[in-house]
Parts: sequence; structure tokens; C-alpha cells
Amino acid sequence: MDYAVQQINRKADEINYEREIQTEVAELLEDYQEEYENKLAEYKKKYEEWKAWRKAKKAKKKKKKSSDEQETDDTEESSMFEEFPKPDPPEQVDVSLVEQQVRTTAARIRRKPGEPVLTPELSMTATVTPTNQCPRGEQLRRQDVQRSTLYAKIIFNNKEVSRTSSQTLSADFRIHFGQIFNVQIINWPESIKIQIFETMGMSSTKTEVFIPIPETTVLTGSALIDEIEFSNAHRITFDHEGVGSGVPFSFEADGSNQMILLTSGKLACSVSWAVREDGVPLIPPVLHENVGVQRSLKHVDAILSIGTSGLTDMKKLARWAAESRLDPNDPSNACLMQLIMSATSGEALDHDYFRLEQLQEEFNFVSDEVFNKSKRFRLLQLRNEEVAEFHNFKQVPILDREISEKIFQEYEKKCHEKDTVDITSHLDPHRALVARFLQKVRDSVKNRFLLAKHHYILSDMVVEEAVPSISMLGISLFKLAEPRRPLRPRRKERKKVTAQNLSDGDIKLLVNIIRAYDVPIRKSIGGKPALTSRSARSINETFSTSQIPQSPTQSHEWFTNQTSVRPFVEVSFQRTVRQTSTAEGQNPNWNEELEIPFRAPNGDYSTASLQSVSDDVFINVFDEVVYDVLEDDRERGSDVHTRVERHWLGAVQVPFSTIYSQSRIDGTFRINTPPVLLGYSKERNLSSERGWEAVRSLSEGSYLSLFITVEPHLVPGEAVNEKLETQEDEKLLQKAEKFQKEVKQKFPNRRCVTLVTDLTGKLVFITRFIKALSPPQELLDAFPQDYEATTELVARYVSLMPFLPDSISFAGICDLWCTSDQFLNLLAGDEEEHAVLLCNYFLAMGKKAWLVIGTAIPEGPTAYVLTYEQNQYVIWNSTTGQYYGQFDAFCPLQSVSCLVSADNVWFNVQKYETVMRVHFDTSKPNLWKPFFSRNFPFPGLSSVQPEELVYRRTDKAAAVELQDKIEKILKEKIMEWRPRHPTRWNRYCTATLRQFLPKLEFSRGGEVGDDHSAELQNQLGDYRISGFPINMSFSELSPIIEAVHSTGVHNTMIPQVEFALAVYVHPYPNNVLSVWIYVASLVRSR
Amino acid sequence: MLSGKPSVFLLMVNGQIESADFPEFDELYCKYSYVYGHDWAPTTGLEEGISQITSKNRDSNQCFVWNFPMEITFKSTNPFGWPQIVISVYGADLFGNDVVRGYGGVHVPTTPGRHKRTIPMFVPESSSKLQKFTSWLTGRRPEFTDPKVVAQGEGREVTRVLSQGYVTISFNIVTKDLKKLGYDSIPANQTSDNTGF
Repeated sequence: MDYAVQQINRKADEINYEREIQTEVAELLEDYQEEYENKLAEYKKKYEEWKAWRKAKKAKKKKKKSSDEQETDDTEESSMFEEFPKPDPPEQVDVSLVEQQVRTTAARIRRKPGEPVLTPELSMTATVTPTNQCPRGEQLRRQDVQRSTLYAKIIFNNKEVSRTSSQTLSADFRIHFGQIFNVQIINWPESIKIQIFETMGMSSTKTEVFIPIPETTVLTGSALIDEIEFSNAHRITFDHEGVGSGVPFSFEADGSNQMILLTSGKLACSVSWAVREDGVPLIPPVLHENVGVQRSLKHVDAILSIGTSGLTDMKKLARWAAESRLDPNDPSNACLMQLIMSATSGEALDHDYFRLEQLQEEFNFVSDEVFNKSKRFRLLQLRNEEVAEFHNFKQVPILDREISEKIFQEYEKKCHEKDTVDITSHLDPHRALVARFLQKVRDSVKNRFLLAKHHYILSDMVVEEAVPSISMLGISLFKLAEPRRPLRPRRKERKKVTAQNLSDGDIKLLVNIIRAYDVPIRKSIGGKPALTSRSARSINETFSTSQIPQSPTQSHEWFTNQTSVRPFVEVSFQRTVRQTSTAEGQNPNWNEELEIPFRAPNGDYSTASLQSVSDDVFINVFDEVVYDVLEDDRERGSDVHTRVERHWLGAVQVPFSTIYSQSRIDGTFRINTPPVLLGYSKERNLSSERGWEAVRSLSEGSYLSLFITVEPHLVPGEAVNEKLETQEDEKLLQKAEKFQKEVKQKFPNRRCVTLVTDLTGKLVFITRFIKALSPPQELLDAFPQDYEATTELVARYVSLMPFLPDSISFAGICDLWCTSDQFLNLLAGDEEEHAVLLCNYFLAMGKKAWLVIGTAIPEGPTAYVLTYEQNQYVIWNSTTGQYYGQFDAFCPLQSVSCLVSADNVWFNVQKYETVMRVHFDTSKPNLWKPFFSRNFPFPGLSSVQPEELVYRRTDKAAAVELQDKIEKILKEKIMEWRPRHPTRWNRYCTATLRQFLPKLEFSRGGEVGDDHSAELQNQLGDYRISGFPINMSFSELSPIIEAVHSTGVHNTMIPQVEFALAVYVHPYPNNVLSVWIYVASLVRSR
Repeated sequence: MLSGKPSVFLLMVNGQIESADFPEFDELYCKYSYVYGHDWAPTTGLEEGISQITSKNRDSNQCFVWNFPMEITFKSTNPFGWPQIVISVYGADLFGNDVVRGYGGVHVPTTPGRHKRTIPMFVPESSSKLQKFTSWLTGRRPEFTDPKVVAQGEGREVTRVLSQGYVTISFNIVTKDLKKLGYDSIPANQTSDNTGF
């Protein structure tokens, strides 16, 4: 340590000293003066107050004498006044005294004038003590220092690009690397970092130093070396005298005043942009915006503070800008500020959405305008959206001009119709509305399931054999022993085929016609009209076992007319017709298999498409009548000249949707015979007085046994088990689930229905649908005396509601239940709606009625109505209006699994489920398992049904109008179906038929036929008439046309044939229409 | 409906299924079919084919040679749904059951010229070990419901497959009117020399 002595000019120093003192004194004096003046002002103010007080005191004293009352107050006041002292004036400050003070202080603390200025200097001249002379601790320390080596890694953009050589630390803790690293960069420089590693033996410590990226002006050669400090909180301890790092130590003997030294140091380096040989600096091109944004982001990192997504959220960005007090005048913030300005000025404030594809616009290959204008793009778009009209559209033309406007016309019309009601296309404005509503529901449901369609399961993709279980192996072993060709073959289960790899012609409908019972037989022409003893019978009579006495004449007729009918069966489906051979007699036996090809709409064989096929299979029974038309008797020996006529006897109608969902239909069906068959009579089988025949013949009508299936075996679409929302109580839901699980275990085949889906897609407990609702008063008043007739009329009214299976209307996904008022509004529904309505009516009429959940042919799972009257149970088919006794062999209801009333659900736990063997006594818990029992009583669920049904009176005039319209259309159609023959209409006959139809409606298809045929015979004596009335409920025109077509009346090829067609529309309340169509062909008999 | 003759472009494909490489199997045959979009229609040629059964080559590389020719012409109005050829290879297993040995598919090349494609093949796997055993026993291995599944991406997530073997196909492609309708499938630097691959 040295001292540098600076000699100073004494005189100048003294003057300087004196001047400084004087300045200080002057400053002090100024301070004092200011203080004095303040005090003086204060004194003056106080003095004034004092003078005022004195005056007041004197005045008070005078007052005191005048008034004694205020004495006390005044004394109090005066005592206060007396304490006010007279203020003293402030003192002046003495200048000499102040100067004296200043001088003594200066002499104590300041350098005396003339004294030399001393500056301490540190120099490195002393020699370091050689190592061998040091104490042992110091020696160890020095060895340690020598052992430690350092190197640095250069990290550019978080990647190591280069590293220095390893150097040992010199005794003065300094390392000279002296290396230049050239880094050629490709990416934009984001960070440069130098990592310094100190290794000592095996251990190494790392310290990181961040180096700023050089400005573009910093070039090699001109760059200065910066010193950058770094430190490291690493804790290092030594066992020698080195203090280490992060270890507290103290210089004091008692260990107080601890210090902690950390590893720290300085890195001297320079970073600069290289210069090429020709002097061009190798600086990346500067993008102005980039730099601006980057800098502003570097400043106060916006992304860090609000996240990357925040950059797109204007509000957040603006808030951040406000919080971080971004300099709006900084040009580097310009673009940010502009964004924020536009955001906060309110223009962009409504962007309250989040956009996933912000750059979508950039990738659009044409502008939206062009896109919307192009017909081709529109077509492609519609096809992609699987819009029904364009779903399988092939070969979208490549040029816009090749697409005609017509393609869109229909679609646009449909879109348009959604908003406006088109009356002309429908015969009835109400039906149009309903159709539109149904279409809407259908569309929404369909859209939901289009999404579900794209979910695949393994079996959709891969065919894999199921793992055989022990029982399966057992059965297959057992099968080895069974006869190859059993005498009574059984139908085998077939392999199921998924619908996706099918095409036109792959699917066939197999209809196996086995036999028919009680087919109507011909009446002998010219003979006396057969007196059938069938009269309108009451329910009582129908179910009593009383046999109708047969007259001997009839029995005679029966034997003579053994082959009085030659029936054959014709099956028509999608306008393809197949027929069996002709059999003979009243109970014919065909046992023939007919194969009918099936075409899916648009060639789309997906499950959803197949489910929505609304075509029906018509199975018609005809009588083949052969007439001898040989003109010349002489040729009779050699020629045969006959004409074959076919007379329709009845039909069975099975919707394809039923076949598809059931996959097979096997059973005996009642043939829908018209109430009047001209020229035919229904003869009773005489032999039916004994044995089971007696039971069978109890039910009227003809029956047909058949088996229908689809080849190959199609997998019916599975109902999507969506978790639907519900408003039912949680407890009830749990109970329902438990109940269902329990019964499912015992009787897996029986259907247990507790919760059903209503029209809005919510789950509703089934009993809520059952509630007494009164039928239209008009119906009740029709037969005020006859209770049974009223019941039948109500059943007929319900059956006249058009039938529309859910699978067609809602693509087979779920079974939707409408309430009765919705049903009456829609005028379309399936078995459940019909059954619920009928059950509700019966309850209102005071009957004991239940809803029966079970299976029937051909519907499959269905709902019927059960009533209890006069000690017997009656089963009502609500869709046909027919009723059956419990022991009716031809009852279509095959099994009973549930009974539902307004307050409970019973599950059938009996051994048998067929109607005949089931006991309907719900009070026995060992036969019927109740849902609500003693431990879970009925919670009193309110009904979803309305308080009362409101019926609209049907417009009679509208019905007449509709009647004329249908007649006209049908006549046109029949002429259209006979393109090669003239179609003549017999006006006289038509008029007669027209008069007759209302009578039929009145008797509900009852037995007025005989009088009618007699009447016809009288009026049109010289004509041979064959024809029949058809009765349908009215929903749309196309089913009517289809029904008339299926009867094949128009197929008569006899020359000179005349036709008669009459239509009658009977209006029931609430726009329920019963349509009667009478078609007849007349041939003049010579 | 359409005014005049619609403009279409034609794609003519001929070529052959040359050979296959299935190291583990012998006596294989293959089937091919095309999968194409709504806007495509074959005009002439065979859409499907089934080859002869071929045995393994006796030499060291043991490849199967079919040299099974195929030829088809498509017309189309839209390159979307460009035809894909789907190949499935079958062979008999130990018990003589016909078992699928591989499915594979590739797009028909879009550029005119001669192309050679090697298609890696795969088969669906049994869903469990037990099923694997029973399927081996019964000779009914898992199969795709339709070989055309391999040309679609939909529904693949539910399957597991095993990769085995390769099939080599060569294509000769000729297109007509493709460029006229605005679709340029030939790269700019490639003019007459279309050796492809």
C-alpha cells in the first residue's frame, strides 16, 4: 500500500477555505433569517388576538354590572380569558456567533488549509510467498486452485455450438481463453448463452451467462469486449483454508458478523456479426415488423404474461397493455397499439368467440362468393352432407354449365316447404301440417343418428368366429347324433349379414305360403242366394260356445260345392308380383315358397336406409274362375277355349319394416276380407261341431298360415342406447333399473317396459300415460242403448287413426310414445299410441282396462289392450279394432309380458306367456310381479296426459271434397294401369255402389252384404259383377292407390268389361276419416 | 338432365400384380378390386379379378410370382375419390382351409407413365388369445367384412392388425382430358420422361 502525496498551494487553499466557510455562514444566516421572520409573523398575529381579547374583557366587565343573571356564564368565560398571556417578540440572530460555530466545526472535520492531499494506492509489487513457505492450509488451497480447470460452452438457441479448451485456474483466479468462435446460423438468433464449467477432479459445477444478441451495427473488429458478471449459488466447502462458496464464515474471533461468499466472476467476451471477405457484414435481413414485435415482446413479454392464446383475445391483450403501461409512443409498439386501439374502440369487441382455424381463409381455394355461386360446389357440398336427395348422387358434372337447375328444384322446394304449408300436394291442409311436423322431427332425429352411424364396432369391420362355450360344444356333439334328414325339419338360424356390402339383387324376400282356412266360396249363380246365418252378434254371443245352427240346405250345398273355390295366393312387393299355383277348396294347402327381389331406395343398403323402407308386402288371396268361352259347340270335342278370371278374396298386409326388424314372421294371419264379396259367401265348416275345430271356428274370417323372411339374414339396426334425460325421481329410476334387471334374469325373452321415451326425447314412467280420457261425445251418443256397440265403435274410431310405425318415421332408432293429445294432433302413430288411447277411452267408459305389453304377429313387440267384462278377459287389437277372447286360437297376441294400469306395472312371472295359458289376476304376486308394492308404494305419479281431450268437429264439406278428389284420382290411376285396353265406367252401377257405402260404414263392415248383393243383382241383373269394398283409414293418397292396385281389379282382360268405382269418406271427430272404396268389374252375361 | 355430353376425363390403368413376398406361407392366390368415389365409373375392363394359385419360388428369395394382368378404364368428373386398388391374398392353412394372408391397398398412380408399387400387407388379428387359438383350430381366421375396408380410414380404430408380406404391382397409366379440365397431375419439371417411382 502506498500513499500518493499531493502538494497544494497554501495561499490559494486558504482563500478557498475561507470562501467555503463564508458561503456556509451565509447559508446558515439565511436559514436563521427565514426562521426569524416566521416567528415574527406569528408574534404579530398573537399580539393582535391578545389586543382583541383585552377589548372584549373590558366590554364584558361593563355588561356584568347590568345583568346579574348571566353572571355564572361570564365568570366561566372570563376565567378562560385570563389565561391568555401576552406574547413575547422573537430574538434576532447574532452573525458572529454563527460564524464561530461554523469555524469550529470545520476545523474539527475538514482538512486544514495547506495540508497535502493523500490518496491510497494498491499495487502488485509485493512477491507472493512461495508455496513451500506457506502454512499447510494455504499449500493445500493453492494445490486445489491449480487442480481446478474451466471450460465454457457456447449455447446458441439452446443448442451447444462450440466449446473452449479446458484451462487451469491461475493463482489470481483468472483464465485467459483467447478464442474466437465462428457460428454460422440458420435460425433467427433468440438467445446466446455461455455455460462455464468448473471441473475439479470428478465433480463439476455449471454456471450460465446470458449474452445479449448484438445489434446489427456491431461488426467484427469494432466490437468492444464486455464484462459480464455471473454468480452461482452452488455450495462448496473445503477442508483447507479456502472459504468455499455459499458457506458462512466470519473474520471475528467470536464468529459474529458472518459473511457468505458465493462463486462469482466476470466473463469478458464480445459478440459481433461477422464480416465477409469483401467487407459485407453477414447480418440477417431485418424485417421491420418482426423487430418491432419482437422488441416489444422482449420489453415486457406479452406472451409470458397472458399466454399465447391471449394474443388472439383482444380484450385480454388490451387489459395487459393497460396493466403493464406500455409506451404508446414507442414505434416498436406501434402495431400492438394499433391492435389494442381497434379492440378497445369497440369495433372488435363483439368478437366473443374463439376461432379454431384462424387461417382458414388463407387456405380457401376459391373465395366464398365463387363457392356459393358454383352449382358444382353446391352439389358436392350437399352430397357430402348426406342430404337425402343427393346422398348417392353419381358423377357430379365437372363443369357448371353441365348442371341443370332442375337438380336443385326439388330440394329447394322441399326447403321452402318447411316454412310454408303447401296445400295442393296434400289433400287436406291438416295432413300437410302433420306431414311437415313429422318431417321435422324425423330430420332432427336422423341428424342425431347420422353421427352415430360413423361409430364402428369390431363386428362392423372384422368377421370373427365366436369362442365356442362348453354348452355350444355339447350341443354340437349332440347334433352329430341327430338324424340327417329329420322327419319334421326345423328352421335353422342363419348367419347374419351386415348390410354394408350388399347391392341390388342381393336381398330377396322369401314368402312361404303354407295353407289357408275358411276361404269364402262361390255362390252358385242363379241359385237362391245362400242364406248365411251370420248376423251381428254381441260380444256375449261371440264368446259363448253356442254354435250357429246350420240349415240342411246349406249342408247339402256344402257337399255339392266341394270345389267351389280355387284359391291361389299372389304376393306383391315393390310392384313385383309372384303367385302360387292354384289349390282347390275352402281349406287349401299350398306349401310353396315365393322369392321376391328387394330393392333398397337409392341403392343404399345401410341399416338406417333399410329401416326406413315403408313398402308393404301384400299377400292377396284370389279365386281363379275359369269360364268356358267356346263359341261353337261343334268344336267342343277338339278345342278348349276358356277364359281365366281372378276374383280377389282378401289380403294380408305386412310392412317390410316389420319383417326387417323381426327377421322372420311365422304364423297364422287373419285375411282381411272385404265385408261384401259379390258372388261369394262364407260357409261354415260343418264338421266343426266337434273337438278343437269347434274352438277355432269361433272366430270368424279366413286365415292364412305363412312364413316370411329376408334372405340373407340382415342384421336389424340396434336401438341406440343413449342415456336420455329425464325428469323422473332418482329413486324411481333406480327402482326401475333394479326391477328390469331382476325380471330380465328370470325371463330374458319377456319385455319389461317401465320407462319410455316421449316425443321430446325424455324418459317418462309408463303409468303416466294411462289416464281415463273420454272419447268424443258423438261416438257415445251413437248407440245410447247398446253398450257393446259403443265399445266397438270406440275401438273402430281408434283403429281408424292412421298407422305409422316409429321405425319409419324415426329411422328405427327408438320407440317414441306420444301422449293422446299429441297422437290426435299428429293423427299418426304406432301400436303404443293406439293402445294407450284405446285403453284411456275404455277407462273413461268405466271398464276395467289394462295395457298389455307383449309380442304379436306380425308386429313383433307391441301393445294391446286387455279389458275385463262379464267375467272374461277380452284382448283388443287397437290398430285393427278387432277383439279376441282369451281362448281364441287366432288371437294375434302371442305372448304377454307386462300389464300396465294407471298406477302400477305388473310383470308376468308365470311359467307360460301365451294368452290362453296366462291368468290375468294381477292381485296374485306369485303370478304377476308388481312394480309398486308394499315396500315401494305408488308415489302418485301425475299423468302426462291432458285433463281432457278436445275434439274438433270435422268439416263434412271437406270430406265430400276429399271423396271426389280420391275418386277422380283412382279412376285416372285405373285407366293408367290398363294402357292397352279401354276402360269403361258403368255410371249406373257406380251410383248404386255409392249409395251402399254409407250403410257399410254405419254397420262397421257388418253383415249387410247379402241384402246388398241381392239388391245389386236386381238392379244389374244381366251383368256378372265381381267386386268388393275396401275400407281404410285415411292418411295419404299413396297407400289407397297401392291398396287398389294390389287387388288387381284392373287386370281383368275380358273384352267389354266395365268398371264401377265409388268412394265414400266418412268423417269422424277430430278429422279422423274412414275411406271406403268400392271397386267392381262388370261383365255382361249373355 | 344434363345438356349435351358431359365432360369427363378418362383414366386408363393397365398393369399386373407381379409378385408377392410372404416368407411364412406357400400356395397363395390373390384377389383385386377397385374402390373409387361417387364421381367415378368404370367404362371398360374388369373391376375384380382372382389369380391363379402360385407356389413359392425354390430359390433363395422365395417370392411368389403371379404376373396377373389387370386392365380397366375409368371415367370421372372429379379427382376426389381417385381409384384405389385393393388386394387381398389368400392361401390354404395346415388343414386346407382358405385363410386370408394379407390385405393391402394403394391409390392408382395419378401421373401417366409406368409405375411400380410395393404394398405392405396386413391381416386383422384375433381379439383375444383364446380366439386366436380357436380360429386356428377351426380355420376361420378373422377377416374384414369387406376387403374394401382397407381403402377407407373410417372405423379402423376398432381393429388390430398384424403386418405380413408385400405385394408388388406395376401400373401403366394413361389419362385423357385431365389437363383440359384443369387438373395438372404432371409435375412441371417432368415432361416426357415419366418413369415414376
